[in-house]
Amino acid sequence: MMAIAARPSDAKRQRELITPEGLALPLTLASRGARAGALMLDLVLIFTVLLIVVITLVYVGGGVAGVETASANPATELLSVLIILLLFLSRFGYFLWFELGPRGATPGKRALGIRVAARPGSGGDGRLTAEAIIARNLMRDVEVFLPATFLLSGEAGAGVTGAATFVWLAVFVLFPFFNKDNLRAGDLVAGTWVVEVEKKKLPEAMSVAEDHSATYRFGEAELSVYGEHELQVLEDVLRANRPEAMRQVMEAICRKIGWEAGSGHEREFLEAFYAALRARLESGMRFGRRKKDKFS
Amino acid sequence: MALPSIPLFRKPEIEAPADIEAASLRSDRFRLEREADWRRLEAIVEALEKGRLNRISDEDLLALPALYRQVASSLSVARETSLDAGTLAYLESLVRRAWFQVYGTRTTLIGWLRRFLAGGWSAAVRAIWLDLCIALAVMLAGTAVGWLLVARDSEWYYALVPGQFADTRRPGATREVLQEALKGTDSGQGLSVFATYLFSNNTAVSIMAFALGFAFGIPTLLLLVYNMAVLGAMLWLFADAGLGWEFAAWLSVHGTTELFAILLAGAAGMHVGRSMAFPGKSTVLSAAADSGRRAAQVMAGVVLMLVIAGLLEGYARQLVEDPWARGVIGGTMLLGWLAYFFALRTRPEESEP
Repeated sequence: MMAIAARPSDAKRQRELITPEGLALPLTLASRGARAGALMLDLVLIFTVLLIVVITLVYVGGGVAGVETASANPATELLSVLIILLLFLSRFGYFLWFELGPRGATPGKRALGIRVAARPGSGGDGRLTAEAIIARNLMRDVEVFLPATFLLSGEAGAGVTGAATFVWLAVFVLFPFFNKDNLRAGDLVAGTWVVEVEKKKLPEAMSVAEDHSATYRFGEAELSVYGEHELQVLEDVLRANRPEAMRQVMEAICRKIGWEAGSGHEREFLEAFYAALRARLESGMRFGRRKKDKFS
Repeated sequence: MALPSIPLFRKPEIEAPADIEAASLRSDRFRLEREADWRRLEAIVEALEKGRLNRISDEDLLALPALYRQVASSLSVARETSLDAGTLAYLESLVRRAWFQVYGTRTTLIGWLRRFLAGGWSAAVRAIWLDLCIALAVMLAGTAVGWLLVARDSEWYYALVPGQFADTRRPGATREVLQEALKGTDSGQGLSVFATYLFSNNTAVSIMAFALGFAFGIPTLLLLVYNMAVLGAMLWLFADAGLGWEFAAWLSVHGTTELFAILLAGAAGMHVGRSMAFPGKSTVLSAAADSGRRAAQVMAGVVLMLVIAGLLEGYARQLVEDPWARGVIGGTMLLGWLAYFFALRTRPEESEP
């Protein structure tokens, strides 16, 4: 049977969240790549919007100034104020505003399916607070905007000062690579981390299809071959519903349990086998017996 | 069974799928019996995530905590009885999403601002008193260093003071030239741009001062010393020309607010750095997070103070010319801030009957 093994990098990012009800919820930390990608998306978005707005404002402002031919009229003054405020807000307000929302994510983060969450064990009651969001976004200034400014302006210069600045900023930029939770400095100070959020649809129940247990009867010996892992692979195959894959799986199962594989009724056979195997494994579960896979 | 694609909110009762009995597996019957509740919670969470609070009925909002617990318990039962990986993954994702909403940020921006202004901010400022004292001492020392360096050798002035300030204000300039620099303007034109520029620039600098505190506070200290040394050097320049009082008054209009804000920002940065260097009984991570959130409150206030400082610097300083009037404005602001932070202590838990 096909094996679906979790990639080692994914396994490393698994964390557990204990809810106040005492329920352990699995969480997956966002990868560094996803976070960098989200940041890039956000920066591109900010830059594009800024460019459009500023060009429009200057165009409109230029028109007004041209009419009055005065260098310092109230309209251009208002425009300059607006532009300065806009630049300020795009630097500090954008991330703050979106992360304070109910999704806890900027548009870039949303696009990549990640969000900010409170890090357990960082004090507080596990809620993501406004203070935490403020703290992590104030730190963003030295982590993102300062290095970017230095790079773009070339102000860091050469020589000892330039090198020192470079090393100094590199500490912030490379910070996420030196801890296991992928925290950046802002996450550390705010007690947050960034996790994956995926929306899953409720799939159809498996055993409501037509009952074939009268056609296919499986005995104890035939069902005891497989465990939970194989059951899940079978579930994936049935949900994907690809004839070629179902055919291969059916042949593999028939070889294993010593049946003659027919053709034309792959889905019916697999559904019946799935239902019988799951019934057996689940009744074992109720008595505290679990069979992880075919080797156990 | 087709998934209903219409939005389900406003529908208090969602019909349970009819084919519960058709399911041959016990765990599937368990799922089909509870599916309606899961979908109801999913619809509420969806609306909450989109921020469409008005589209959730009161009944649904009231039912949210109970529904959340119900689905959470469904998940723990399903983990023990069901091997349907698709359903388990759905439940995990639903409970996680609901958890973020049920235990998420519950306050609105207005609510947070009210709590912040009514005591949260001043409490946070008082909580970092030790760092405030250190930052104040460092700032005074920085001023003294700037003064003494320039007093010994006026060449230091050019090394310390950045070009934009050393225009006409340089050693050897006559009293008249220096006095000119302290003058206001007659008209209010262009002042709003000036005020906005000052605000955005000062805020960027103080946020940097805070953020650099992360490296155990040392860069913040250096930044404070350097900036205050510039001030000390200019103070010496004007005092040398016999304009000490006029300069102090000119500076105090906005300076009391602005320097106070810089003091707070520096102290907040140092607070984070200090608690990471000396976390005490807690771990470094939780000490950093605790102090970071406290410092964030202080910093939110710093931004507010710098808005006021920008307005004072852009307008009041340019329009008011009399040194005494300037001094009075600056002094009043200073007293006001001190009273707000340290004298007016609200006790919210006692004000409630």
